[in-house]
Amino acid sequence: MITSDVIVVGAGLAGLRAALELNRHNVKVAVVTKVHPARSHSVAAQGGINAALRNHPRGKFDSPELHAFDTIKGSDYLADQKAVLKMTTEGIERIYELEHWGAPFSRTEDGRIAQRPFGGAGFPRTCYATDKTGHVLLHTLYEQALKFEAASERADMQIFDEWFVTRLIVYKGTAKGVIALNINTGELEIFAGQAVIWATGGSGRVFGRTSNAYINTGWGMCVPFYEGVPLKDMEFIQFHPTELYTNNVLITEGARGEGGFLLNNRQERFLANYEDSAKAMEMAPRDIVARNMQREILAGRGVEGKYIHLDLRHLGKKKILERLPSIRMHAIHFAGVDPIDQPIPVAPGQHYTMGGLDVNLNTESKVKGFFAAGECACVSVHGSNRLGGNSLLETVVFGKIAGEYASAYFKEGGGTDVPVSFLNQILKEEEDKIIRLLESKGKENHSAIKHELGNAMDLGAGIFREARTMNVSLEKVKELKERYEHIGLNSSGRIANFDLLWAIQLKGSLDLAEVILRGAINRQESRGAQFRTDYPMRDDKNWMKHTVAKWKDGTIHLGYTSVDLSLYKAKKRHY
Amino acid sequence: MAETKTFKVFRFNPQTDKKHRFDTFKVPCRPGMTVLQALNYVQENLDGSLAYRSSCREGICGSCAMHINGKYRLACETQISHLSASITIRPMAHMDIIRDLVVDMTPFFEKLKAIKPYLIPGDPDEGAERIQTQDERAYLDYIVDCILCGACYASCAVNGYDDEYLGPAALAKTNRFLMDSRDKADEQRLALVCDEHGVFRCHTLFNCQTVCPKNVDPTANIANLKRQIIARQLNPGFSKKGI
Repeated sequence: MITSDVIVVGAGLAGLRAALELNRHNVKVAVVTKVHPARSHSVAAQGGINAALRNHPRGKFDSPELHAFDTIKGSDYLADQKAVLKMTTEGIERIYELEHWGAPFSRTEDGRIAQRPFGGAGFPRTCYATDKTGHVLLHTLYEQALKFEAASERADMQIFDEWFVTRLIVYKGTAKGVIALNINTGELEIFAGQAVIWATGGSGRVFGRTSNAYINTGWGMCVPFYEGVPLKDMEFIQFHPTELYTNNVLITEGARGEGGFLLNNRQERFLANYEDSAKAMEMAPRDIVARNMQREILAGRGVEGKYIHLDLRHLGKKKILERLPSIRMHAIHFAGVDPIDQPIPVAPGQHYTMGGLDVNLNTESKVKGFFAAGECACVSVHGSNRLGGNSLLETVVFGKIAGEYASAYFKEGGGTDVPVSFLNQILKEEEDKIIRLLESKGKENHSAIKHELGNAMDLGAGIFREARTMNVSLEKVKELKERYEHIGLNSSGRIANFDLLWAIQLKGSLDLAEVILRGAINRQESRGAQFRTDYPMRDDKNWMKHTVAKWKDGTIHLGYTSVDLSLYKAKKRHY
Repeated sequence: MAETKTFKVFRFNPQTDKKHRFDTFKVPCRPGMTVLQALNYVQENLDGSLAYRSSCREGICGSCAMHINGKYRLACETQISHLSASITIRPMAHMDIIRDLVVDMTPFFEKLKAIKPYLIPGDPDEGAERIQTQDERAYLDYIVDCILCGACYASCAVNGYDDEYLGPAALAKTNRFLMDSRDKADEQRLALVCDEHGVFRCHTLFNCQTVCPKNVDPTANIANLKRQIIARQLNPGFSKKGI
């Protein structure tokens, strides 16, 4: 058994920021992560991180309040407004802090942090480091974590990487730690603590066409879900307008922020032909741009009938190399196209999970001692549609808050003590599950189930939704869940058994898929990223509310809670 | 149409095997397919026990560096069409094998930790951002792109015979902080890399430069560290700004 004051699960931006905060408060912390911190998916964020720093010549009148308003409008008024203002206000300090810690931001001519325009924002407020912002921020926090680990003046902090969490330990309604599998030895271990911070990121791999990394299976959201932490607003899935058509690798919104055009097969900037994007054009929010791109493709105006061209050629070689070097390499590696000379083939694809574990603006959940931050959590600051550049911001703002509140909770005593016999009982249950899976000899191939799930979600829960296709997909998910009970592993042994890891995680993907579809079917309106062709209007009277899904004895139950509308009145969105 | 290619993949499971072997897999390959996708095909359809690390599949997380047809590369960024019909895959060298293509990168990360890989600023962390000019920031282009994949470390001949040699990634990281206008720990940093297992162990073979998937160019970074150390020996008042 490994004992710590607080256990952090996940070592992306939110998890590392939480761990640093805990350790700053002299709290002993164990960070448990299934991949080395530098492999976390935060690393793939490209375009930037929003805050009203006012560094851009056109951003002199920006403010946290205006940033909050843009975020709330972008969310189609489903975000909790005080939480948003907290994020946009504290975000400024968090960005200066990252700079103080060594983050190599790109710079303005007067040497300040550079900012660029992003969709749905009234001012250029997206701070960036070329098109590798997530990479430099994650490495900066990892570097600080190494510094904290090595420091002797505080309580211990230790990162346990390549440890896969299989279970959240909840005793009498209180989180007390996790059970994790050491991937490289195959042994299970108890991580006991007085509080748990969850920061396992998104769940894009529930879909087939997604920009997300392989590791974003959805398992991370399901582990606490199974133990009583509800999931909120899971039907709101962001489809990023510009994923590489060939393999869904992300092409940053920054490419449009720097001036890139979206063209159909007639070489038209077609966004001008749609009411909701005619003014903002390429800088309209993601939900609107993605829908209008999909409409062009469906109307037969896609290039080769299938995709849209993202044209950067007019930006010139110098600007592309300076500001967008890595997406240029993506286009070269994965589409055989150099954006300096040719337009990039792009199409919308799954990108972000607006919903997540239900927490309040202090990252607290209804399970005592359980906190969550980052993409796995839903505060909600994104509502039904997230603005680009706000996800990185959310990770560091709420990661810090989680560390702060968890450390206070720990210092106040952290609830009842958990008997060792209880911990050992849970450990044995997990061990039995692993052995059962390793010995399973069923005929079903779990990889085949995963691919069928991806297709079903792409079809039923995509950009345009309607009851009929969603129900077809829901039936398919139920069939796949049934088949999952009959999988067989074709590998044995405990050391680095990735077959086992993917098989375990698929259960999470399947359960999340059901939560997403049922939430989407129930919500008979169009709001933000959810567009129902059978209910094309937003319906504030009936649906200005958060969906809350609960897990009870293996079944999913939906309920609803209210939205905090205390700052701005809901209006129709125009850009 | 799909063209079938042969993959010879290094296998070793310490629980059951006394000796390593190469398994041969026939993989149907379509245009645009990467080596990582071929490994996925094997794991999903032919042999689930094949172990390798993977995550972002776009060359930014650093999980999948391996030895592919004679060169260290990221499997996710390597197009199969650029390789011969028969493809041989081995794990990274100079590190113990956990299973198949998964190696124990502990020594790699321990050496990174040894060089204090974090900003050591002179002034306290207060207020708004520090000013850094675009030219000062330009020093850091490419150096900050390191993804800690380990390809340079595995390709380095010196790492093969000197277990304590810091290796290209850790040394390049030293230069990344040394050349950062905000960092004020020059003497401390150079002292950490100035022994027989540090920069002067480098034979300037350019292997790390050749394999680095992010053009970090550790060879040039190490050369700069040597230059900085020697310049300080010759002229105690020397400052990095002079270069």
